[in-house]
Amino acid sequence: MFESGHADSPGQALDEQARHGEGLSVSLHQAGPIPLAADFACGPGELLGLVGPSGSGKTTLLRAIAGLTEVASGYIRCGGQSWFDAARGHSLSVQARRIGFVFQDYALFPHLSARDNVLLAVEGDDVATRRTMAEAWLSRVRLEGLEDRLPDQLSGGQRQRVAVARALARKPQVLLLDEPFSAVDQVTRRRLQRELALLRETLTIPMLLVTHDLEEASALADRLCVLHGGKTLQSGTPETLFRTPDTPQIARLLDRHNVFSGEVVEAHGERRLAWGPYRLEVAQGLAAFAPGQSLHWYLPPSDVVLHRRGRPSNGERENPVEGRIQEMVVLGGVAQITLAFDHGAQTLRFEITTHAARRNALARGEVVQVSLLAAAIHLMPDKG
Amino acid sequence: MDWSALFVSLRLAVGTCLILLPVGLWLGRRLARMRRRRALLEALVALPLVMPPTVLGFYLMLAFAGDGPVGGFWASLTGTSLNFSFTGILLASLVVNLPFAVQPIQRAFEAVPETLREAAWCSGLSPRQTFWRIELPLVRSGVVSALALTFAHTLGEFGVILMVGGAIDGETRTLAIAIYDRVQSFDEAGAGRMSALLLGISFLTIGVVYGLSRRGGRRHV
Repeated sequence: MFESGHADSPGQALDEQARHGEGLSVSLHQAGPIPLAADFACGPGELLGLVGPSGSGKTTLLRAIAGLTEVASGYIRCGGQSWFDAARGHSLSVQARRIGFVFQDYALFPHLSARDNVLLAVEGDDVATRRTMAEAWLSRVRLEGLEDRLPDQLSGGQRQRVAVARALARKPQVLLLDEPFSAVDQVTRRRLQRELALLRETLTIPMLLVTHDLEEASALADRLCVLHGGKTLQSGTPETLFRTPDTPQIARLLDRHNVFSGEVVEAHGERRLAWGPYRLEVAQGLAAFAPGQSLHWYLPPSDVVLHRRGRPSNGERENPVEGRIQEMVVLGGVAQITLAFDHGAQTLRFEITTHAARRNALARGEVVQVSLLAAAIHLMPDKG
Repeated sequence: MDWSALFVSLRLAVGTCLILLPVGLWLGRRLARMRRRRALLEALVALPLVMPPTVLGFYLMLAFAGDGPVGGFWASLTGTSLNFSFTGILLASLVVNLPFAVQPIQRAFEAVPETLREAAWCSGLSPRQTFWRIELPLVRSGVVSALALTFAHTLGEFGVILMVGGAIDGETRTLAIAIYDRVQSFDEAGAGRMSALLLGISFLTIGVVYGLSRRGGRRHV
């Protein structure tokens, strides 16, 4: 069908694979009723986390991939097969798409036992074989002995496992998980997350995880895709997104605090980032901006270094700034410190261990000095 | 005891139930999933509930007459009259009982979450399989309620049947009408026996409904 082996670079080859090969590639666009402008791909065995606030279109995207919601334009391809192509007026039925869908409320059939819930999704003609398969799936999600229970007689966590077993029993080409951990308590959630992390190691299909829990998404997903108002804004590994969001909006959606505005200036014979009275060194990216240009910049909290009192060290020569502690929140072993500056309303937030905060006698109203590590300062154009 | 009247009543009740079962399932399911113009259709279905039976019977009688729209069509088809015939009271009974058959089933379908149907499709079930294996078992108690209410209500219907069918022995005289006739002819003992029988059947049906719906977890009466 396609000529292969002529890709110019490995990157292109991978892209090619996602587009035509085993993976899932999605491009969905419409103006309404729910606006969508989503483009993303998910490779075989990859877990892509769709993150964004409620109403950002995450669930709509999953439903569109499953064929439960119609979209005006775009395409969905999976495993080398076209599932949806608006231009050709082509759309496979839900049944023909082969998806495993774990619904937010699990949507287990209340009148069927755990075994029968899974059995319904197992294909084949021989009832005995299908039954064995269903029981194998249940034991894979550690539900041996509970096969005859009705959903009502299972705990929240057990119900979620039945839902996962049912989704996988179809041998799907893509696994769709819609907030699969939102209906259980914290302890169960941790355990289920752990189990999913183990289970996914054995799966070679693309997996999409919709969640509004950023911590959960970054712990489980290989890559994240940030959504807002139905639009995919940025995709990348959690590390990449958390350290280098493309825009202040993405930083905000990812709950990143330290976004500031600044200006590019020539100082000390080189290009610097002007922030209030400070002329900050930046390791990367300044060359792309002209002097006088205003921009946004972001610094991960992990790259703010507190100066210890009366014990100067070498690192302190790197972008030292002085601020007043506006807020200090102690959460167990970690103290979250918010610094206010004289030159603007924007505050800087970072965390240190609580005992380090005590040792340095940090308290509200105290003036402290910190270094902003040049290598971690991430620049973002003013627009967006 | 007027056995022929009991037989007419039972025949009428069973016939009404058998015909209204598929109608109720189809219409109840449609109404439950309907978004637009739902209120209008619901009102139409519920109309027999609020209309005085004699008024409804009067209009049905007009429609069933040889020169009426339904009666004329029926006559051209079979050469027989609808008024004063068992077919006529069966048709009238279908109209009268429509709300009793549709409403409990509609409530039951409304209680089935949309995601269950979607989950069934995602599991590879066709819409037909989804209906038989997921939806129907879940609306079972609603169907039982609908059947029991229709059955009991048909046994007790008086005004409409009298207007459309009169009281022809073995053809249109139902138990309820026979009771009225007995009272008119001062046979209180006979009326009492038949009334007791109707009371018993009514109590039994409602008992069955409540018993079954308790087991099913939901009640749609």
